[in-house]
Amino acid sequence: MATADELRELMRTEGAAIAENTQGFNAGRYDSVGDLEDYEALKQAARSIKEDAIAELPDLLDQLTETIEANGGTVYIADDAADANEYIRNVVDDRAADRVVKSKSMTSEEIEVNDALEADGVDVVETDLGEWVLQVADEAPSHIVAPAIHKSRESIAELFNERFDPDEPLETAEELTHFAREKLGEQIINAEVGLTGANFIAADTGTMALVTSEGNARKTVAATDTHVAVAGVEKVIPTVADLHPFIELIGRSGTGQDITSYVSLLTPPVDTPVVDFTDDETPLSEFDSDRDFHLVLIDNGRLDMRDDEHLRETLYCIRCSACSNSCANFQSVGGHAFGGETYSGGIATGWEAGIEGLDVAEEFNDLCTGCTRCVNACPVGIDIPWINTVVRDRINRGKDTPGDWLVDGLTPDEEDDGAPLQKRFFGNFETVAKLGSATAPVSNWLADTGVSRQVMERVLGIDPRRDLPAFERETLVDWAAARDSQVDDPERRAVLYPDLYTNHVQVERGKAAVKVLESLGVDVVVPPAPSSGRAPLSQGMVATATDHAERVTEALEPYTADGRDVVVIEPSDHAMFTREYERLLDESAFTDIAENSYEVFEYVFGLLDNGASIEALSTVAGAEIAYHSHCQQRTLGLEAHTVAVLEECGYDVVTSDVECCGMAGSFGYKSDYYELSMDVGDRLRTQLRDDGVQNRPVVASGTSCLEQIDALLERQPRHPIELLAT
Amino acid sequence: MESKRASFEGALEALGVTVSTTTKSELEAAVTEAVTEPAVGIALDETVGDEAVSLTETPVTVDPTPVALREAATGVTGAELGVGDYGSLVLSMTETASELVSLFVERHVAILHEDDIKPDMDAAVAELDERFTETNGSAIIATGPSATADMGALVKGAHGAKEVHVIIVEEGA
Ligand code: SF4
Repeated sequence: MATADELRELMRTEGAAIAENTQGFNAGRYDSVGDLEDYEALKQAARSIKEDAIAELPDLLDQLTETIEANGGTVYIADDAADANEYIRNVVDDRAADRVVKSKSMTSEEIEVNDALEADGVDVVETDLGEWVLQVADEAPSHIVAPAIHKSRESIAELFNERFDPDEPLETAEELTHFAREKLGEQIINAEVGLTGANFIAADTGTMALVTSEGNARKTVAATDTHVAVAGVEKVIPTVADLHPFIELIGRSGTGQDITSYVSLLTPPVDTPVVDFTDDETPLSEFDSDRDFHLVLIDNGRLDMRDDEHLRETLYCIRCSACSNSCANFQSVGGHAFGGETYSGGIATGWEAGIEGLDVAEEFNDLCTGCTRCVNACPVGIDIPWINTVVRDRINRGKDTPGDWLVDGLTPDEEDDGAPLQKRFFGNFETVAKLGSATAPVSNWLADTGVSRQVMERVLGIDPRRDLPAFERETLVDWAAARDSQVDDPERRAVLYPDLYTNHVQVERGKAAVKVLESLGVDVVVPPAPSSGRAPLSQGMVATATDHAERVTEALEPYTADGRDVVVIEPSDHAMFTREYERLLDESAFTDIAENSYEVFEYVFGLLDNGASIEALSTVAGAEIAYHSHCQQRTLGLEAHTVAVLEECGYDVVTSDVECCGMAGSFGYKSDYYELSMDVGDRLRTQLRDDGVQNRPVVASGTSCLEQIDALLERQPRHPIELLAT
Repeated sequence: MESKRASFEGALEALGVTVSTTTKSELEAAVTEAVTEPAVGIALDETVGDEAVSLTETPVTVDPTPVALREAATGVTGAELGVGDYGSLVLSMTETASELVSLFVERHVAILHEDDIKPDMDAAVAELDERFTETNGSAIIATGPSATADMGALVKGAHGAKEVHVIIVEEGA
């Protein structure tokens, strides 16, 4: 795991270039997919092609092998990296090749084929300009699509000028590109073997698709007589026609290009003649096209992943990089922190756990906060946060149970094998909150003393720079129990879910919600209910989260059975009920709660839409406001409801568009991640301090977001429901 | 008909690809105008599918030697298909080295028959699926010039062509 120092150093050295590039890609993605009329249908099609292909994988591999052999090529299915490298070394040796030119391929990085070939004395040249920069600099890729994303133009110029000492020092991106093109161009035409990856391979014809922009993959294949393509076994799809959705989605999802410059569809060996580039007598067409083709398909753990119920989805990944670019943490630290041996970004947890093992995944798995912003961005609909959660759970279970007094008192969880102490503390925050309210205000004073903060930092890793939540003595449930419903002839009846924070800390927003709903003719009850399980789930404590899910549904079931709607203030809890519970509960229990749950503004929006009068609420005439929605709320498409209701109430609303505030539940409290969390938050701060925004009061839907904004700004933020109460 | 042509030309413009229109009888003049010398090319009967069309009256060296290819500024080839919504060209890989001629040059001039413009990517891939199933063929879907952002800013002209020009050959007249 990267330490606070390592993260700080990465943010200092690479952060600026990473942030600029990933945010550029991410913005490009929104624009580019926005132009696609049938975006959702294309994603669905892509998903189901991958689902079917992985289900039928053994048959497809047989079919592909047969096809390629009939075409005159060879297929080798390698068990692991060593097996693959041995085969490739033999091919290169048989061809008596001095030089292998390569186009970009993550799978070749995975098996470290360069090292294997170089050990045999073969000159291996990366021809993708980004990969070549890294080869010259002897650095590792920091992004799966744009490997040198962490390097600025200035640092590349410095590197080239130092290493190659050109007549005129290189400076502009044009000069650097031209220099690299010339230098690599000579090496490509003098190479014997071309090594490529393959983005997709169609089993019916043996056609492979290579998605590139520079043209180096085309040259790598055309200029050499021996083509070795290296790909994971999961790259096989049934037919050429199946390529369609991927061609439309892969560039848009990744770097935001509608399509990359070149999509090579090769059915090797290709007909292009193999020419001697120094010949000035023979016409091109008189050279023959004597070509060898080897497809090396790599298992390296993938077939076991296929049998793993939770890791299987990883194999649908088309390595587009959307989950990296849309990730707030990745935007700050890049793949050198948020990545394993080969792969980086959100889905890297799945790849590294399956290929390398849990120990490698553990090094960066905590950087996924479960914000879910990658979920809608993923062109094949992989539930990337869930994979991260499952892997975190498995990592936890590999640890020894910590024996500490705090564990028994504060962490009554369901984890047999025990998560580490810090995870158990945050995972069982409900217990802390109950105790906190019961003993408030003493608990708040105690928590603020220097001594307890030191203990918290030492034992639990809670950063002393964070303010802790202040618990209210009277909980929302107590308050509601002591008053009568204000609605005689209700339009609808609801149960307001007393989430942990609303009940113990931000009690005012709970009271506001009750009053708003009553003003709109809703009879509201606020019964005691267990916390949603969001906290343990985010710590990878799946068993504890499941226990919460079961108890919550048990507590709410009598109310839904009685015809009440479930209204939820905290977006991350609403997301639990409507999204994550599907993984934790049986189908009917999940459907019951998911279908009856509404985020509070979604509910207000529905009431107004169905005839309730806006006059019943507190309205204004054009007052300016800034609104920051919540990451999980946006993933569920529920940002618009808050904006619409606020506008109907007369507000002039400006919204932020950062992917996440950086707090992400307990993430920003942890000493290791405090500075990263503030770096992510800085992007929100910048937007909230923009011209025309800097004087607006700020409202935000999520508890974490409210705490983060409180730390970022002088202005104290509120939950928007508090604006509506009369 | 007009609409897929219009969307194709609109997409090409957005990509920075220049376009000229001609008829079969005027093709040689259009090619002469489009190339920067020295220019090389491949015999067009392979790709446009009409033996009446040739490049004899142009400055283009047809079927050059490898050295002449490397010294050329422009490569002239046919394109099998155009893709309306993307402005993509489908380039084939022939035994006469169309792949080399379109790739190892700074300027690629592609000759495309108007009838070969497909409305969208779906239709283009469906067509390729059919062809590949019959012939085991290969093709490049090329969209605009080659490009890279790896050197700190977007640069056109990485390993492949820096400029692309499309000559659309219209039916009739
Ligand atoms: S998991 Fe999805 S978003 Fe991430 S790289 Fe793979 S395909 Fe792209």
